[in-house]
Amino acid sequence: MSVFANLIVTAAAGAAEAHEEAASAGLPQLDPTSWPSQLFWLTLTFGVLYWLMAGKFLPSLGGAIEERRDRIADDLDQAAEFKRQAEDAEAAYNKALADARAKAGAIAADTRAEMDKEIAALQAETDAALDQQLGAAEARITAMKADASAKVREAAAETTRAVVETLIDEAPTDDAVAKAIAAVRA
Amino acid sequence: MMNLRAAGPMEQFEISPIVPLSLGGIDISLTNSALWMLIATSVIMFFFFLATRRASLIPGRVQSAAEVVYEFVADLVRDTIGSEGRKFFPYVFTLFIFILAANLLGLLPSIPGAPHEFHTFTTTSHLIVTLALAMVTITIVVVYGFMKNGLKFFKLFAPSGLPIYMYPLIVPIEVISFLSRPISLAVRLFANMFAGHIILKLFAGFVVSLLAAEGVIKIFGIAPFLGAVAVTALEFLVAALQAYVFAVLTCIYLADAAHAADH
Repeated sequence: MSVFANLIVTAAAGAAEAHEEAASAGLPQLDPTSWPSQLFWLTLTFGVLYWLMAGKFLPSLGGAIEERRDRIADDLDQAAEFKRQAEDAEAAYNKALADARAKAGAIAADTRAEMDKEIAALQAETDAALDQQLGAAEARITAMKADASAKVREAAAETTRAVVETLIDEAPTDDAVAKAIAAVRA
Repeated sequence: MMNLRAAGPMEQFEISPIVPLSLGGIDISLTNSALWMLIATSVIMFFFFLATRRASLIPGRVQSAAEVVYEFVADLVRDTIGSEGRKFFPYVFTLFIFILAANLLGLLPSIPGAPHEFHTFTTTSHLIVTLALAMVTITIVVVYGFMKNGLKFFKLFAPSGLPIYMYPLIVPIEVISFLSRPISLAVRLFANMFAGHIILKLFAGFVVSLLAAEGVIKIFGIAPFLGAVAVTALEFLVAALQAYVFAVLTCIYLADAAHAADH
């Protein structure tokens, strides 16, 4: 007999044996004599289990879960509150910073304006003093110029008189000399 | 040679008494089924005892795990039923955790050589158990439905907004669908557990048969073995999924009862 044929026979024998036994014994599930006992013990075990679950285990577990959920929610609320506070603090800080900046700007502007005013005053004073000195110098120059030209005219008149006296032995009048010089100058 | 014997696939569903008990002539023996119900509730109670022993703001590992289940079921109840669902939360939660524990514990391997009544047993693989749970759900639905809506609860069978000639057709359909709810609820869970464990046992049986065979054929035992591993993984998924489905459908039916008058 080949290996495979043997294999099939063995397997079939196993199956057949199983089938035979099932047929002879009948389904144990359909034997009503065991039902009262099964129902009794099911009622007892399931009942006790339900009683313990509903009365003890589930409330205990549910309570722990609930408590944790509440705690987490509380913590989140608290975190949100802290965040709000931090934001407030930041806003206050930013405001203080902006205020300080504005104040610094104002002080700088004031100081600048004051200094500008001072500089302008100083400059005006200096300008006035310089103008005055300039005026004095110019007046002096004008005076010296006038003086010099008068002296030149006088010298010219002297010379003219001397020349004329030498030439014609007659002293010319001052008027004639002045007229002559004016004519020459013109 | 190992003394290997493949147990029949139905043997795992047999109920054998451990402590014979009787109440008023009714047999209420502590059986392997009862033992595994007790184990399931004990495991759940122990887990939740640890989780809530020091229920604290910063949860420990066990408390975190319990809270995940709590939130999961709480979300389910809130999303399907709404605010009225709060009072049903303990029931839906107990239902879910009980079915989940029963389904998962049924996947534990039996201790080799232990007598049959101490083999691993899946309590939810018995129709009477799932039917009882389904009937509790439907009873709550009906009682709460009438308490909340009065006779308007019957509007569940006659949804508004349909043309009048549709009602002779729709009403019987709605009535039948309502009456089949406990059956579909019970059979869905039972059949999933039942079929899954049969398939597991068949694969395991093939492994044993092939190992018991002569010669090279033993090697072929690897195929059903891998199959059994794959089905075991699948069964873990089914175990959790069916507990979830049972809880979801319970919520949907309760939502129907809560909002019947608005239909």
